[in-house]
Amino acid sequence: MSFSKFGKVSFISETKVADFVKYLEEGKIMATRCIKCGKLYFPPRADCPEDLSTDMTWEELSGKCKLLTYTTAYFAPSGFEDHVPYTIALAECEEGVKVYALLSKDLKEDEVHIGMNLKLTPLKLQNGKITYELKKA
Amino acid sequence: MDVAIVGVGQTPFTRNCGISIRELCFEAFKNAMEDINLTPKEIDASIICSAPEYDKQRSPAGLISEYLGLTPRPTFYAESICSSSTTGVKIGYSFIKSGLHDIVAVIGFQKMSEISSAEVQERMGRGADIQWESPFGTMMPAGYAMYARAHMQKYGTTEEQMAKVKVKSGKYSLLNPLAMYRRAVTLEECLQARVIASPLKMFDCCANADGASCVILASKEKAKKITDTPVWVAGIGSATDTLSTTSRTNLTGLNCAIEAAKQAYKMAHIEPKDVDVAEVHDCFTIAEIMAYENLGFCKPGEGGKLIEESQTYIGGKIPVNVDGGLLSKGHPIGATGGSQIRTIVLQLQERAGKTQVKGAEIGLVHNIGGIGVYGNVIILRR
Repeated sequence: MSFSKFGKVSFISETKVADFVKYLEEGKIMATRCIKCGKLYFPPRADCPEDLSTDMTWEELSGKCKLLTYTTAYFAPSGFEDHVPYTIALAECEEGVKVYALLSKDLKEDEVHIGMNLKLTPLKLQNGKITYELKKA
Repeated sequence: MDVAIVGVGQTPFTRNCGISIRELCFEAFKNAMEDINLTPKEIDASIICSAPEYDKQRSPAGLISEYLGLTPRPTFYAESICSSSTTGVKIGYSFIKSGLHDIVAVIGFQKMSEISSAEVQERMGRGADIQWESPFGTMMPAGYAMYARAHMQKYGTTEEQMAKVKVKSGKYSLLNPLAMYRRAVTLEECLQARVIASPLKMFDCCANADGASCVILASKEKAKKITDTPVWVAGIGSATDTLSTTSRTNLTGLNCAIEAAKQAYKMAHIEPKDVDVAEVHDCFTIAEIMAYENLGFCKPGEGGKLIEESQTYIGGKIPVNVDGGLLSKGHPIGATGGSQIRTIVLQLQERAGKTQVKGAEIGLVHNIGGIGVYGNVIILRR
């Protein structure tokens, strides 16, 4: 499966972790874990820089996370002009890894605060593309 | 073997220079060379610095080396986005230190008007991790805005304090004839400007520009023949942080700057309090506040207070960006670091005119590439 299905605008199609998209379509948000050293990676990686191992296993994230920081963009790069304003967020998952994603448009600006609980959720986009977003927990 | 900066040059920074990149570089090079009566044939090696995604010319180093009369001596190309020209200076320093070359020219340039606004928009989205972050519509202001939001939350830094960085920048821009925006701004104007990426508003952000800068480095022996006022490279530190936001461990400071500063202070055998004048990478107002902290001019979290108390104006504890900084000069990516070095060199040579910090002996340059990815800190002394 091509990775180009991931995201509103995609920049790459080929990667060893392209199965991420297949899992996402099944409703699962997957990380990878190095079998040799046990380190968990999200976004998923095919290769571990700790021990140079390529022996990785897929592992599902619970989706439970907390907001670390965010910004609402009123000015956008190509392909996102029709989407402004949108809120970009960095959250920490309960497994300890971090995720970079948009906050759901359902969230009102005055509801958003650092430290709030969020749920990382798959999101189907138009034209068959898929991504994930952070919803209110 | 000691390494000196013997000459500096810069073009005006403008919105649209109306000339080609080779001519832009020639202007900065001529400005530096004529000041010290050097001819192109005396340059042993050159380092050309820019962010290539803005150039139409593939491999511009060869072309610029030819146009400046620097062939057949070797030329090299250095890129670390916004810190390209201080990376070039580090390479040049190493060449001289190792004895490979005696006089090295570092030319940084960017003609951001070379490509259309649509092309700029397209490239802007690719500055982040294109696999996992760019698909969410990120861009430079958003990256720094996330640091600003985290800094406000952790330390109570305010939008007013950030705006005060721009007010200082505007004040000094009036004294810099090479700056793109030469106008004073009020606190109210800054706070009422349109939001770009909250909490950053228009005046919290620097603007794209066209421009070139030049730094001429020389060995001790050559430097003494070229000039009576060489400026010595006392410390030079560099570090790289993760490009992806998800791998960052610090959201209220730039680890690449903290590490680069540590190396530079150690090498120069000085402490932050010994710095008399500094140029920091204020691509956004929050970036200058974090720089105060990351360079040790104040404790972590006290950067907002430092600007609020006007301690970074001339006459304060540590004058910072008295040339108007990126916020007023404009930010022609590859030329920016060289321009910062020029400002400090002129300060240490007592040639800074109305912005002269009296008796400045030690100066510091902090130049950052990307959203805190590449950090270079250079300490200069007279």
